[in-house]
Amino acid sequence: MTRPTVAVWKFASCDGCQLTILDCEDELLAIAAALDFRMFLEAGPEEMLDHFDISLVEGSITTNHDAERIREVRERSGIVVTIGACATAGGIQALRNYADVEEYTRHIYARPDWIDTLATSTPIAHHIKVDHELHGCPINKEQLIATITALLAGRRTPVTSHSVCVECKQRGTPCLLVSEGTACLGPVTHAGCGALCPSINRGCFGCFGPSESANLPGLLEVLRVAGNDEHEVLASLRTFNVTKFDTGATP
Amino acid sequence: MTHDHRARRFNVEALTRVEGEGGLIVEVRDGEVADVHLRIFEPPRFFEAFLRGRAYSEPPDITARICGICPVAYQMSACQAIESALGVEVDAPLRDLRHLLYCGEWIESHTLHIHLLHAPDFLGYPSGIAMAAEHRFEVERGLQLKKLGNRIVEVVGGRAVHPVNVKIGGFYSTPTTATMAALAEELRAGLDAASEIARWVATFPMPDHELPDGTALVSLRHPTEYPMLGERLVSTTGLDIGVEEYLDHFAEVQVEHSTALHGQMLAGGDYLVGPLARFALNADLLAPRAAGLAAELGLTSAERNPFRSIVVRAIETVHACEVALSIAERYLVPTRAAVPVEAREGIGCGWTEAPRGLLFHRYEIDANGLIADARIVPPTSQNQPVIEHDLIHLIGNSLHLDDAALEHICEQAVRNYDPCISCATHFLDLRVLRS
Repeated sequence: MTRPTVAVWKFASCDGCQLTILDCEDELLAIAAALDFRMFLEAGPEEMLDHFDISLVEGSITTNHDAERIREVRERSGIVVTIGACATAGGIQALRNYADVEEYTRHIYARPDWIDTLATSTPIAHHIKVDHELHGCPINKEQLIATITALLAGRRTPVTSHSVCVECKQRGTPCLLVSEGTACLGPVTHAGCGALCPSINRGCFGCFGPSESANLPGLLEVLRVAGNDEHEVLASLRTFNVTKFDTGATP
Repeated sequence: MTHDHRARRFNVEALTRVEGEGGLIVEVRDGEVADVHLRIFEPPRFFEAFLRGRAYSEPPDITARICGICPVAYQMSACQAIESALGVEVDAPLRDLRHLLYCGEWIESHTLHIHLLHAPDFLGYPSGIAMAAEHRFEVERGLQLKKLGNRIVEVVGGRAVHPVNVKIGGFYSTPTTATMAALAEELRAGLDAASEIARWVATFPMPDHELPDGTALVSLRHPTEYPMLGERLVSTTGLDIGVEEYLDHFAEVQVEHSTALHGQMLAGGDYLVGPLARFALNADLLAPRAAGLAAELGLTSAERNPFRSIVVRAIETVHACEVALSIAERYLVPTRAAVPVEAREGIGCGWTEAPRGLLFHRYEIDANGLIADARIVPPTSQNQPVIEHDLIHLIGNSLHLDDAALEHICEQAVRNYDPCISCATHFLDLRVLRS
């Protein structure tokens, strides 16, 4: 692929994942030389092409208008890469999926009748075919660069399927769960952050969503035996990847 | 679009180089500006609704997700509010670390805004990346300083976007002295770069313009610090209030012609938050190099030209580097990473200065430590009325320009406010009711 055209699209989100592109300070000008950003509103480009070679999609679908817009993105795109927990899992705004969105609207707005919103926040892959997913709240900068590099080289994008536990072992962090009984979602969480939280003496809280073949009931039992409060553990599962760690109703 | 200057309507479908997505609709009738609407198509995410029932410990992580550009601001305001509700006071060294963390976010956010979002307007480029073709040195210098801001957030917060190390009562762990010494070394070079950046932006051609008459400037004020972490609120209209009094003086209202909540002073009139307001009310508290540069560049507390806010942002970046350096240089590992916290019933308010202005949080906590009510007032919803009125005023003085030039200066003027539309959870589609 020679200098592919690229679009960055935003749906319901905080902007943090597309900011990660601009946070590649050492690589940004090289990335901009290798990729032809034509649509990237936060950075400036706003050219609507009939076809983009690569679309990076941030955010979840929460309105009818966005549900149509994402189909249009698919039609215009060669490769669609979703970036971050909102796009891959619906984000924290998917807590509405387990609540009464009309009550939410009334709670915040004096005139709820002016608000256009869906009762659910859903991942992009619920609406269109997605070619690659980058997990995380936010995504990891190195994973983003590795994915872009792989797409440019025409090779398979790097895929990890293991859990955060492997990353703790790689960086030599003693297991907080085993040694101190700390509530840690590392055993069921997708790798990618580099096991940041355990390295600062904090249990993983699942930013990257579930790893493949995660045994959630098994972990919940271990945490219970270690004396952790079930309400707290369930609450931490019901955050940025609530739809993927699907544990039922919100606490 | 029409070239009849008596009746024109233009529609900037999508504002670029702002955080989040919005547009702008301007209507001119009979040679007068009839209406200006900042149109926002950011869908609501309902943070204040789903925070209810969550544990008191969760808002630093949850509210960070309101904004990927200024997550530290959300974490700091949330901590302050909840610690107030629970009667917790953090140790002085931990407060210093929070101050340092916040300096990192100011440096990162301001430098991003200056180089990639705003400078291209002044120098005539469509983007920071396009600008780099002819200003590579300046763009790379900016990116390196931005990286240093992120480095601070990583050292103290554990991660640049959505830091993981912040908790109610302090931190999960504290940096080592060796890490902090290395950071201080980087900050010495960063401070020089920041000073050069301030001199560079001061050379930009500045449109001659002033805020509309009667706009109040509002900022936090601290007895000894240029405000990041509080503590009172002051205004050019003579307000001087504590955080518990905020909602007695300010409100967010849903107005009929717009579905966006607008910040209002209950005493009447628009108010401005952010760098220009902070500087006007706190210039005497800048660190020495930042103060010297402000004087050198002719910036005084009487400055009311919103286009010059890019210079203020650069001065504040110098200030943040100086404060960060001073905290890093005198750093000793705190005796504890966090003070103990116990759940109890209470109400607490907190406010800090996000890079783009005042950010207010209020929480009601029940006896089980769960949140009964949450209220968040982000800077951009407070600035929205000023932005619209400023544009009416600016366009009124610029009707001789053709549509393309007028559109350009309007977009540039919106960026003066560094609006963060993702933050403004209450921003919605704006429907124009007039013909």
